[in-house]
Amino acid sequence: MSARDEVLGRIRTALGDRGPLPEVTRGYRTTDDRPLPELLDVLTDRIEDYRATVLRCTPDAIGETVAAALADVSGDVVVAPGVPQAWRPAGAVEDDGRPAVGLTAFAATLTGVTAAIAETGTLVLDASPVCGRRALSLLPDVLVCVVTADQVVGGVPEALARLDPLRPLTMISGPSATSDIELQRVEGVHGPRTLLVVLASDQLEPP
Amino acid sequence: MTAVFLGIPTAPPGVGNLRGDRSFPDAARDALRDGQLRANLGHATTTIRGKRAGVVAEVPDWAELREAGRAIKAATMARLDDHLEELERQVTARGGTVHWARDATEANEIVTRLVRATGADEVVKVKSMATQEIGLNEALEAAGIEALETDLAELIVQLGEDKPSHILVPAIHKNRAEIREIFARAIPGVDPDLTDEPRRLAMAAREHLRQRFLRARVAISGANFAVAETGTLAVVESEGNGRMCLTLPQTLITVMGIEKLVPTWRDLEVFLQLLPRSSTGERMNPYTSLWAGVTPGDGPQEFHLVLLDNGRTAVLADEDGREALHCIRCSACLNVCPVYERTGGHAYGSVYPGPIGAVLSPQLTGVEDNASLPYASSLCGACYDVCPVAIDIPSILVHLRAEHVEAQERPTAEALAFRGLARVMAHPRLWRLAQRAAGLGRFLARGRPTLPATLPPPASAWTRTRDLPTPPRETFTQAWAREHGR
Ligand code: SF4
Repeated sequence: MSARDEVLGRIRTALGDRGPLPEVTRGYRTTDDRPLPELLDVLTDRIEDYRATVLRCTPDAIGETVAAALADVSGDVVVAPGVPQAWRPAGAVEDDGRPAVGLTAFAATLTGVTAAIAETGTLVLDASPVCGRRALSLLPDVLVCVVTADQVVGGVPEALARLDPLRPLTMISGPSATSDIELQRVEGVHGPRTLLVVLASDQLEPP
Repeated sequence: MTAVFLGIPTAPPGVGNLRGDRSFPDAARDALRDGQLRANLGHATTTIRGKRAGVVAEVPDWAELREAGRAIKAATMARLDDHLEELERQVTARGGTVHWARDATEANEIVTRLVRATGADEVVKVKSMATQEIGLNEALEAAGIEALETDLAELIVQLGEDKPSHILVPAIHKNRAEIREIFARAIPGVDPDLTDEPRRLAMAAREHLRQRFLRARVAISGANFAVAETGTLAVVESEGNGRMCLTLPQTLITVMGIEKLVPTWRDLEVFLQLLPRSSTGERMNPYTSLWAGVTPGDGPQEFHLVLLDNGRTAVLADEDGREALHCIRCSACLNVCPVYERTGGHAYGSVYPGPIGAVLSPQLTGVEDNASLPYASSLCGACYDVCPVAIDIPSILVHLRAEHVEAQERPTAEALAFRGLARVMAHPRLWRLAQRAAGLGRFLARGRPTLPATLPPPASAWTRTRDLPTPPRETFTQAWAREHGR
């Protein structure tokens, strides 16, 4: 008998006469009614709590905000192929699909996101053209992500409902970190040590 | 119904890391003598307990999430065969290859064969309990393949030629100064001025591993979750070493226990909330990677999923114990356990220590191979309270104790003692005699509040781990008779 058939057979023996399927009650929150300006504030607060930087701007000022965010970075910037021209800093190189190892030559990466979760301060990248392949947001030491207000949702359930489970997805909550030494959080291990988030919305101040 | 009765094999001995060389009380006694260990553990578990409590308290629907998590796991187990077949179909449809392993030996053989086929003689690894359990690193080494652990705590354990002692932070028993010593000794070319500042230590690990990530051709990972309906796998991590392994090499091999799957994509919305808050006490862990099969132009172009039984079906066969398979390995129960906090993880002898280990290891191996573990608990219930999927660990412990007692062919000294006690307590005259005899204990105690631990056997088996109070000068009935003149 193949291992597959044997393991499946053991499961059937273990379960015996299966019985009714236990019911799953989803009594938890699946939506968030807070107005958008409030969600943007929560998102900002949570991302900053991870010791990442959030820069708020209006949609027409994304380009200059990105440039300002990268002002202190010395070295080349690589952008995901789908990043709009208006966001790109002068001299930025578009990812040309070179072997991933070649991406270590860049000091910083600029991408968009596909969703952002306010309550957990999480950005989701889905390997679409504006997010880029996974290695792009991993190897350069500085990561700049542009989030637009329409991408922001309240909690995890709303975000997952928007995502395509067949795409490679990366959920990013702050810079890379470890709690492995005495269970204290230290930012910056193998992934980007600096995370800068440009959050664009028409409304900058809380109402 | 037990697995033995149904003929379902448990995890085989002689391979992997589910059995210790010593019983829990023996190993614990040494651990308790190690003051540094207790200080390190006390410090670390206190920190994490506070963080967890804070981020759980801010979630208004935590109880509902926990109930949903419990129910989803119960429903998954009830149709585990169907979900596994669906997962296999989905992963295969997206370009992955699924392998089945009856036990640790078979899983190790499969992985070794897959690595050999790539021609690589080194692999990078993401922290994974399943591969620890089966002793994969040892098997690869025997086959001449170097397995490099890339998670910081696993790296500390590997470089220190040590054993993991916690399921989330395997090096929890080491403090920063000890970690600095290990790095200074074992990392070639490390900065001689390396301090014990955690940030500097993390940077040393980053430099040490960077080139290895970039040149690796094969990575081995575990999985936190697998979604049956879509074939999506999930790895939840912090450092980015997971992303390096899941993204850069050409070949990815994921070893996963068969209980790790959830039926639907939607189910992840529950676990991705429960897990990070319960494990590292964060609202969300820095990185979660999700992938389904192979994506052209992005990440590994060859993907293998090894589905591991190794005793899990035996656990499933026990209706009173199968809940242990719901565990999402958050480690919250370790961090709150008063026994774990004092003994540390090594005393449990298995890669699964703490409360969950005390119920999972004996079930995976058969209770007689880990007979002391169900007793490694005070049954205080703190583990149940914090468990994000509401596993009733205390009840399973009691169930396993009963199973162990029933398995004895001859009654234990303890059982005989209790049988005798029952007889004495049922007869007033015998009881009075016994009470008078207990007065002898005052003589043994010589004025101290407890009896000495050095009673002769078989009584020593009991008193070695328990303080027996010195009997009072007079019994309650004597005092009553004196005061009320009867
Ligand atoms: S038993 Fe519960 S608390 Fe313990 S590690 Fe598993 S999921 Fe976490």
